[in-house]
Amino acid sequence: MTPSPPSPLLIGCAAGFSGDRVDAAGPVVDTLIARGGPAFLIFETLAERTLALAQLRRRADPDAGFEPLLDDMLRPVLARCLAHKIRIVSNFGAANPLAAARHIQAMAAGMGLPAPRIAVVAGDDLSGAQHEPLLRAQLGAAMDGIRKVSANAYIGAEAIAAALDAGAQIVVAGRVADPSLTVGPAMSHFGWRADDWDRLARATMAGHLLECGAQVCGGYFADPGYKEVPDLHAVGYPIAEIDSDGHCVIGKAARTGGVVSLAGVKEQLLYEVHDPAAYLTPDVVADISAAQLSQAGPDRVALSGVRGHARPASLKVNVCHEGGWLAEGEISYAGPRAEARARLAAEVLRRRLPGLALRVDLIGALSIMGDDAGRLLAHTPAGDARDVRLRVAATHSDRAQAERLPREVTALYCCGPAGGGGVRTSLTPRLNTLSCLVPREAVPLRFEMLEGVQ
Amino acid sequence: MSAGITVPLYRAAHGRTGDKGNRSNISVIAWHPDLYPVLLAQVTEAVVARHFAHRRPARVQRFELPQLAALNFVLDEVLDGGVNDALNLDTHGKALSFWLLDLPIEIPAALAPLLAGPS
Repeated sequence: MTPSPPSPLLIGCAAGFSGDRVDAAGPVVDTLIARGGPAFLIFETLAERTLALAQLRRRADPDAGFEPLLDDMLRPVLARCLAHKIRIVSNFGAANPLAAARHIQAMAAGMGLPAPRIAVVAGDDLSGAQHEPLLRAQLGAAMDGIRKVSANAYIGAEAIAAALDAGAQIVVAGRVADPSLTVGPAMSHFGWRADDWDRLARATMAGHLLECGAQVCGGYFADPGYKEVPDLHAVGYPIAEIDSDGHCVIGKAARTGGVVSLAGVKEQLLYEVHDPAAYLTPDVVADISAAQLSQAGPDRVALSGVRGHARPASLKVNVCHEGGWLAEGEISYAGPRAEARARLAAEVLRRRLPGLALRVDLIGALSIMGDDAGRLLAHTPAGDARDVRLRVAATHSDRAQAERLPREVTALYCCGPAGGGGVRTSLTPRLNTLSCLVPREAVPLRFEMLEGVQ
Repeated sequence: MSAGITVPLYRAAHGRTGDKGNRSNISVIAWHPDLYPVLLAQVTEAVVARHFAHRRPARVQRFELPQLAALNFVLDEVLDGGVNDALNLDTHGKALSFWLLDLPIEIPAALAPLLAGPS
């Protein structure tokens, strides 16, 4: 007689991006507690742009630079997670994981909780001067003259797994690849080796399905008449059940809205995937070209058929640098001939702003489907839209040049076509990104347990 | 061949857009496995490149996922630089799946009952 299989590992995800809902974690944690067994809670809060913004905050304040909503996300569930042995793994450390860990430590103390063992994962941040030769070796002349804001390698699951093996209850990381937040706990829990490619690939795709939070539970899916989602206002967040071979079933928190359906999970499985036979992460190359999904029950979808290949020899690095100024301005026209008046206003701005390459949007007629160069707009015959918001945007390295745009949009009040109203303008500093690959060995990774405070 | 009916792609498929840098990927997932061969035959790399001509894609690649009755399109350099560089309000190109799903396709009349949405 064979022993019954061990209970699956449960991994709930309570955030899919920086700025996600802070009331998401509660129902996920309630469900993890009710189901019992080994469980983790992850928060994914980084995107291509988020880290550079965090680095700017850290410059202004050495104790800042982690996820601004960290406190709001974690405080409602921290006590219950610690009491029920639900361990927490997140990249909400952003540009300052150590400060995030200290903040959590202080939060726990302030709540009268026993001090949790918090691990900080380090090594992804390549913004320091000592890393300059490494970046320059890859990016060459593209680095000349740029004002670097951040440089981070996308690191994998190994340091997370090692921190968990060492007994961490909370692991705080920075630029960890999104699926690695799931792979780390699975590696540690099941004792997988770092070259167990099939299992790592399966857990990677479980992590891929979790990493955007509600997007696998009916969020970002609803399309009335075609794709209905019940109680979208209360959409739930996902929980993956992962078995010892890495196979997973995706479900969601109990007593929440949304739906885990084949159609929705298919969309998320392919989200941000290029070649399905080679989904590259720091941990493994996952192959979903023969993946299958099946409905395993209400709000439960099983993933199978994922294979893995040896991980890439390089890590991806994003370098963010100051990118001049973004100038934007908007004004609305409504009623008869509104579109014609908005088009005339755009023409006035073009004539008044030589030297700025203007993007023009006619919101209400044609806007976000168009390209920056205006080719689609130029080939779209003028229509008769009756409520049009003109938006123009341009970028310039020189702030004074960029400022001409908001001034000219404002001047449309008295000098533009009839009936324009509701001017809004903005001038914001921009961040641009360079990407490169660096040899894995050039990015040593480690974790450190935060020293306890009395 | 029996007479076909011309419908927008969204009657036969659904999809989602993702972005990485200046590259967009758009999934096109058949509402029913029997509609997948129609997608395979008609929603080709060349057709998609033409549909996105104003975005000047440097390359359009199509990947086939028959087990999921899905196609995955990868369009290079269609995001005016991507999330940190584009002037578009939608710097991610989140809306691009709906541009593709507006593509007219021809469906054999026998498959019409499998189409989604009001006819």
